[in-house]
Amino acid sequence: MPELTRSETPLRNLGPVDQIPPGEGRVFAIDGRNVAVFRSRDGRLFATEDTCPHRQGPLADGLLGGSVLVCPLHGFKFDLATGRPAGNDCRALTTYPVALSSRGDIELRLDPR
Amino acid sequence: MKKERSRLVVIGNGMAGARLVEELLARGGGDRFTVTVFGDEPYGNYNRILLSSVLAGSHEPGDIFINPLAWYEANCVALRAGVRVAAVDPVRKVVTAADGTAEPYDKLVIATGSAPFIPRIAGLEDAAGRSREGIFAFRTLDDCSAITAYAARCRSAAVIGGGLLGLEAARGLLERGLTVHVVHLMGHLMELQLDARGGAILRQKLEGMGLQVHLGKSTREVVGEDGKGGVTGLRFEDGGTLECDMVVVAAGIRPNVALAREAGLLVERGIVVEDDLSCPGYPDVHAIGECAQHRGRVYGLVAPLWEQAEVLANRLSGREPRASYTGSKVSTKLKVMGVELAVMGIRERLEAGDEEITYEDPSRGVYKKLVVRDGRLAGAVLLGDASAAPVLLQSFDRGQDIGPDPAELLFPSSGASAPRSVLDLPDDAQICNCNGVSKGRIAYSARNGCRSLQAVCGATRAGTGCGGCRRDVQAILQDVLGEGGLIEDPAVHYYVPGVPLAKPDLVREIRRLGLRSVSSVFAALAGGREDAASKPGLASLLKTIWAGEYEDERDARFINDRVHANIQKDGTFSVVPRIYGGVTTPGELRRIADVAERHQARMIKITGGQRIDLLGIPKARLPQVWRELGMPSGHAYTKAFRTCKTCVGSDFCRYGVGDSTALGIAIERRFQGIESPHKMKLATAGCPRNCSEATTKDLGAVAIEGGRWELYVGGAAGSRVRKGDLLCVVEAHEEVLRLMGRFMQYYRENGKYLERTYDFVERIGIEKVRAVVVQDEEGIAARLDAAMEAAVDAYADPWGEANDPVHPLQFAQVLVRPRASGQGDGRDGREAPEEQVVAGEVR
Ligand code: SRM
Ligand SMILES: Cc1cc2nc3c(=O)[nH]c(=O)nc-3n(C[C@H](O)[C@H](O)[C@H](O)COP(=O)(O)OP(=O)(O)OC[C@H]3O[C@@H](n4cnc5c(N)ncnc54)[C@H](O)[C@@H]3O)c2cc1C
Ligand code: SF4
Ligand code: FES
Repeated sequence: MPELTRSETPLRNLGPVDQIPPGEGRVFAIDGRNVAVFRSRDGRLFATEDTCPHRQGPLADGLLGGSVLVCPLHGFKFDLATGRPAGNDCRALTTYPVALSSRGDIELRLDPR
Repeated sequence: MKKERSRLVVIGNGMAGARLVEELLARGGGDRFTVTVFGDEPYGNYNRILLSSVLAGSHEPGDIFINPLAWYEANCVALRAGVRVAAVDPVRKVVTAADGTAEPYDKLVIATGSAPFIPRIAGLEDAAGRSREGIFAFRTLDDCSAITAYAARCRSAAVIGGGLLGLEAARGLLERGLTVHVVHLMGHLMELQLDARGGAILRQKLEGMGLQVHLGKSTREVVGEDGKGGVTGLRFEDGGTLECDMVVVAAGIRPNVALAREAGLLVERGIVVEDDLSCPGYPDVHAIGECAQHRGRVYGLVAPLWEQAEVLANRLSGREPRASYTGSKVSTKLKVMGVELAVMGIRERLEAGDEEITYEDPSRGVYKKLVVRDGRLAGAVLLGDASAAPVLLQSFDRGQDIGPDPAELLFPSSGASAPRSVLDLPDDAQICNCNGVSKGRIAYSARNGCRSLQAVCGATRAGTGCGGCRRDVQAILQDVLGEGGLIEDPAVHYYVPGVPLAKPDLVREIRRLGLRSVSSVFAALAGGREDAASKPGLASLLKTIWAGEYEDERDARFINDRVHANIQKDGTFSVVPRIYGGVTTPGELRRIADVAERHQARMIKITGGQRIDLLGIPKARLPQVWRELGMPSGHAYTKAFRTCKTCVGSDFCRYGVGDSTALGIAIERRFQGIESPHKMKLATAGCPRNCSEATTKDLGAVAIEGGRWELYVGGAAGSRVRKGDLLCVVEAHEEVLRLMGRFMQYYRENGKYLERTYDFVERIGIEKVRAVVVQDEEGIAARLDAAMEAAVDAYADPWGEANDPVHPLQFAQVLVRPRASGQGDGRDGREAPEEQVVAGEVR
């Protein structure tokens, strides 16, 4: 993942990927900031802010299909790969570069993309 | 033949400008023009009318956008959001933006709207010459945000101006808990729309709602504290004063015409336009909306500008190059602080022969008036009850003869209680009460390319809340698109949107291919494309098909079904333990009380389903709460059997003819946790007085004299109210249980996902249901009974996962990572993984 090596902010190791069941998300508190990390069934990782711009729904509790997340509160959709809303007028989600390390750990940088 | 596209520039991204672009694109104008829109406001295009609702707190700012930025992108419209146009050169045909960029055009549309009129009042600036804090106009989203933010620290507000806008501002501030004064220069409120008597009745009504009205008051000065920026009150020309913490000025509007005037266009009150909506002498320059003046009139409402946008779009797109605008008949239906108001034509007799007919009921805030000229309606005012508006409007618009007894028109045929069709409603009537979508918006999206119910609901969000309005939406669509215009989205027949198969075909394929998990269905039947919204429906279906052999993938479940509790607006959950038949014990109550106290439930509530809801429990605490309660799950969060409400029945009630309590408990013990296409709510009543409302439940049993039970199915009292259909009358408790189970299984197998029994029974027809379930005409009763028996046997209380989670972090809320140490594990400066993750239950 090129983005992961370019930046100045330290790379954060969040531990083994199997903390997140396939197709779900979990919230990690990193330096006092909450980040939602998702693991899609096809093996991709995504990281975004943890609450929905619509009315602060807990995004990690949403339903994930491919890279599309459905917020659990009112069903607004977002593409986690870009953060962009899909079919609604919300602002985009902040996303963070994240990848799987060779040891199977989640690695993330806190600088927003 | 490929032609170079012309350049269309639109100045103003408000109601008129954006509407024009939409109308133009809908007519294929995208092939003729490259479109550039300048909008002073840094947003996409929003519904200015709904600012009133944003101020009142019933809408969030995000809810009122008509076209988000992505819409412009998708339609190749270059939106210069937040960029003001500084100059127009109609000779060289170029506009210059405030940032210095120049944009040449072939066609120009000016739609700059208007700006609030700020009367000359002293004290608008503080001692230091800066705009005084606490004084606001009410025109833009930014104004609205500024008002709400400031109002949060105020106790009282004065609104200067008692017209429509002022009253809307006042309503918003009242809703926000402020003491609100409306200060009006004129002798009665809304003098543009109402006569003096109407104004007086409105005033009385509004005062009843808590508004303070001050009439005939000219404001001389806004008073602030010396040296401080804020507002402390108003001083009037008559010497009187009024204390207040903030001021909203809503004293009228002035068309934004400076740009046009400096460009040398003809400007009077507004930018003068001809019937082709072009500016005299400049055929390529047009003006529409509140900035335009046509045949001497400047309009201040949206309906006329919709008409203008349509005419201009017809001309520019070449669809109707000779379309012309001949002016609008202004008839409006408004809601002023929740009071209905419809006005049309003149509001008072103007000529000798004019006749007035009035009706008033001041105690109800109702005032109605007709002005009749030559046997035709010349004007009308309907205040407090606008139900006669559709009829009057029609008569007014068409100039019809109103017959010998005009007064009859004031009261729409009261005799016939036929429900009013949505088609009679005016465009601004709210159809979707969950998302606040008007009839006009629905019709509009239909006219602009949305030709199926799905498409319209997707575009407007109508029908995506409780769904209760979908029939009305469908009717409006049908009306707008006419015979053959409405297309049925093939997806309506799909069981879930993401897999292109109707339920019977889907079930067949799943069986044939032996698909036991949701992911395998996507892989085999949807080209490998996962669709998030389709997952729960598939999970529910697979579970019904495979029962014990179903491969449970937790990510396919909605969060409620992953953690067995109902998610709430702040992300916490509610816990509703099962209380069989609503019958409890002191011990159970004590335990619930203890748990609620220990875990600081934010609210303890007796539910409408006869049990107790502990609200505001954080996810991580759920397992502990369940363990301490030691009660089974009430399934208040899932698509399954929910509750069986009971009444006290024959053991205690002097009328009881059947033991409804024991029956209810038996029902609840048997069917707890049985999953179904949608929730099932039941009730048993000990006699036809029906205290537990059994006839409006998915399934209900009502005891009748002679030890028998009436069984009802398909009842509802939620977003729809429907009396259940009588399925049959049976003799004993066991019979009730058996037939209820058989009906449930039939519904489980044949209901569409999220189809409640009230829709299911209506779709199948009660005769057919009775034939299958009671008379066993298809010979499947025994199989249905066996399948239900198996489902009952397979039941396990999901709250058992408190002790046996499916994943170690099933209930984790936040996984805490310690602060960065800066110390890596030696490999390219990366931080070492933490050994231990704090998670799961909070202590
Ligand atoms: C707690 C309760 C209100 C109360 O305080 O009394 C309630 C609360 C909710 N109801 Fe209800 N309903 C409650 C009784 C009802 C009833 C009355 C009844 O069951 O006797 C009805 C009308 C009967 C019916 O359903 O036909 C009712 C009709 C609805 C509907 C509309 C269903 C429909 O198709 O018309 C929904 C929305 C839905 O299901 O999609 C809904 C949805 C909800 C949800 C689950 C909304 C949600 O998705 O978050 C609410 C959860 C609040 C929470 O966070 O816990 N609730 N709801 C009642 C729980 C009863 C129980 O003990 O299980
Ligand atoms: C709170 C409120 C409630 C209302 N309620 C109703 C109602 O219930 N019913 C009804 O019919 N009407 C109502 N109205 C009136 C209705 O909103 C207006 O008639 C309508 O918005 C006028 O549309 P417009 O496009 O002409 O002007 P606007 O919607 O004001 O749009 C003009 C746009 O042009 C932009 N602009 C101006 N100058 C420039 C420039 N030089 N460069 C770039 N951009 C520029 C402005 O920023 C603005 O965004 C209400 C208005 C308000 C404020
Ligand atoms: S509890 Fe029911 S009626 Fe009340 S707000 Fe929630 S869904 Fe609506
Ligand atoms: S909070 Fe996310 S959709 Fe409403």
